[in-house]
Amino acid sequence: MANKEQEAIFTPIGLNNSENGKIDKSVKLPPVTKKKHKSLGLSEDDVIEMYRLMYLQRRFEERAMQMYQKGKFGGFLHLYIGQEAVSTGTVFALNDDDDIITAYRDHGWGLVRGITPNEGMAELYGKATGCSKGKGGSMHFAKTENHFWGGYGIVGGHIPIGAGLAFANKYQDNGRIATCFFGDGAVDQGSLHESMNIAQLWKLPVVFVVENNGYSMGTAARRHTVGEIHERAKGYGMKSALFNGMDALTVYENMKNIADEVRKESLPYFVEIRTYRYRGHSMSDPQKYRTKEELQEYQKTDPVERMKSYLLDEGIVKQKKIDEIEEVVEKEVMDSIDFAEESSFPEPEALYEDMFTGTSHFHDDRR
Amino acid sequence: MAVLQFREALMQAIDEEMDRDEKVFIMGEEVAEYNGAYKVTEGLLDKYGFRRVIDTPISELGFSGIGVGAAMNGLRPIVEFMTFNFAVLAADQIINHASKVRYMLGGQASVPIVFRGPNASAGQLGATHSVAYDSMYAHFPGLSVIYPSEPDDAKGLLKSAIRSDDPVLFMESEQMYGLKGEVSEAEDYTIPIGKAKVKREGSDVTVVASGKMYHIAKQAASELEKDGVEVEIIDPRTIKPFDIETVVNSIKKTNRCVIVDEAHPFGGMAAEVGFLIQREAFDYLDAPVQRVTLPDVNAPFSKPLFDLWLPDAKNVIEAVNTVTYRK
Repeated sequence: MANKEQEAIFTPIGLNNSENGKIDKSVKLPPVTKKKHKSLGLSEDDVIEMYRLMYLQRRFEERAMQMYQKGKFGGFLHLYIGQEAVSTGTVFALNDDDDIITAYRDHGWGLVRGITPNEGMAELYGKATGCSKGKGGSMHFAKTENHFWGGYGIVGGHIPIGAGLAFANKYQDNGRIATCFFGDGAVDQGSLHESMNIAQLWKLPVVFVVENNGYSMGTAARRHTVGEIHERAKGYGMKSALFNGMDALTVYENMKNIADEVRKESLPYFVEIRTYRYRGHSMSDPQKYRTKEELQEYQKTDPVERMKSYLLDEGIVKQKKIDEIEEVVEKEVMDSIDFAEESSFPEPEALYEDMFTGTSHFHDDRR
Repeated sequence: MAVLQFREALMQAIDEEMDRDEKVFIMGEEVAEYNGAYKVTEGLLDKYGFRRVIDTPISELGFSGIGVGAAMNGLRPIVEFMTFNFAVLAADQIINHASKVRYMLGGQASVPIVFRGPNASAGQLGATHSVAYDSMYAHFPGLSVIYPSEPDDAKGLLKSAIRSDDPVLFMESEQMYGLKGEVSEAEDYTIPIGKAKVKREGSDVTVVASGKMYHIAKQAASELEKDGVEVEIIDPRTIKPFDIETVVNSIKKTNRCVIVDEAHPFGGMAAEVGFLIQREAFDYLDAPVQRVTLPDVNAPFSKPLFDLWLPDAKNVIEAVNTVTYRK
């Protein structure tokens, strides 16, 4: 047995880890695309809208964080800040009726797939006017009519469900594909491996996407999983891709190609998108597992700022237009706070609603 | 009426519903080319092909979740477990997802899915193949749990389960698949979920027993009849929703009750029904309600220990004797 000097170490050490005095980054970002929007098939209006949606996600969450800190609502609040290029690039790359399902870091996904700021903020507040009628909260944003099947709170639990959405699409031969997003932490769950095996075996049109933001809650990727995440696909004979998630155009380019191939060939794909979460895992995270310097390094690659610079540098818009967009978004977000605060909580009867599609039954119901 | 084996009744139900609705499909381990581990799906592959009769890998969590996703996205999956003992690996999909998705999305999705397969013990199979899970799943809001005892119930209830717009757990038994019984030949024969059936009328004591336990209750009733004790047997058929009204009405007549439950004692169906009886029929009871359950012990392999472990007719007779003060 090891003595004190030769203490057995299981999980690799993360704190104060550095290589040659340089910060050992939790995720190494691949290069971004060199292509401009036109050669990617995006119009000027498309990229302007991409910026608007990214700015909306950012401001929505920054304001939500403020409201949470003021004690306006409770529960968990997992922020997507820093990862907005992934949701935005993906939604532009997919058809509107392709299916999207994600984990609990879901606000950005909802906003890009048509949940209005009002519906989103009201959901955070637990109001009846929320996208999920106040029954789901932060982790369960959804708009199924827009094929956004929601956020899910059990790490890895929604991965087989994503494969199931694809199964139904293939069974019904409707030309739709399903995309299933999860964090690097979910890579370690058995549900992913079972789903990948079946998806490859049954040739399901599904894209499994790891949004590798560097941390599984507070555990750096290199401390919770072995090897390169995207290389897991090899074991299943599945096609895979790795790309930068801090640039919406890079995400768009890659996801468009992948979606086209998955749709045409009816085959699954495993994708690792490297991104970075600026905020803690949730609001109660003291972030003792990473340095300020590391955070600042990544903030230099901010996806929202990058898209703004692109619009300006390419002469697509002038600063005045940017100011206008931001002003409108800011108002929309502030209005959503008013809307949420003024909205009613669900009526007591709502407690028993939405449990069943068919006949309701509640054991020992003494209402 | 036609005389069918339990497995044939199940197969008819699946066949009729697949024939009726193209959205219905079945998947599970060995359901297709093997023709079903217990031959419930025999012939379905030939009739419906590989698109609708699907062999899965041994990945209960994975294929159950695929079923949930497929149900949300417009289909009506029947997910077969080789036994509910293996479905423990899929519990996250049943408990955390199938039962909760609709509610937590504010009613934006439906999960019309049937999880079915044998439940509880089937002889000397050891501790991990012998647990009754009906009470455990009945604990969770949003799930219906059916555990029929005879072929006719099996057919009518399985058809209703497949037509349900919400998740249903449908439990069978390896030891009942060969059981023969008369099955209605009525066209489109369904039995409503949540209705108990008085299967034997009697005036002295009410015995509540479902699934495999119904048959030991029946044996006990035959023995007791010889002693002049008339047992009324109620088969709840559905564990959830539970038809307490039929049980209470019977107790108003018999004033005594024994509940036979193949689960362990803590928090099982017997505990719950016992509670409801004391609240709803307290003034009618001439004796405390008794229950016959497994002990709070894992299933042993050794034959004499296994026989000691599993409730049998003798245990039921003893319980009836207790509530009738015959000993």
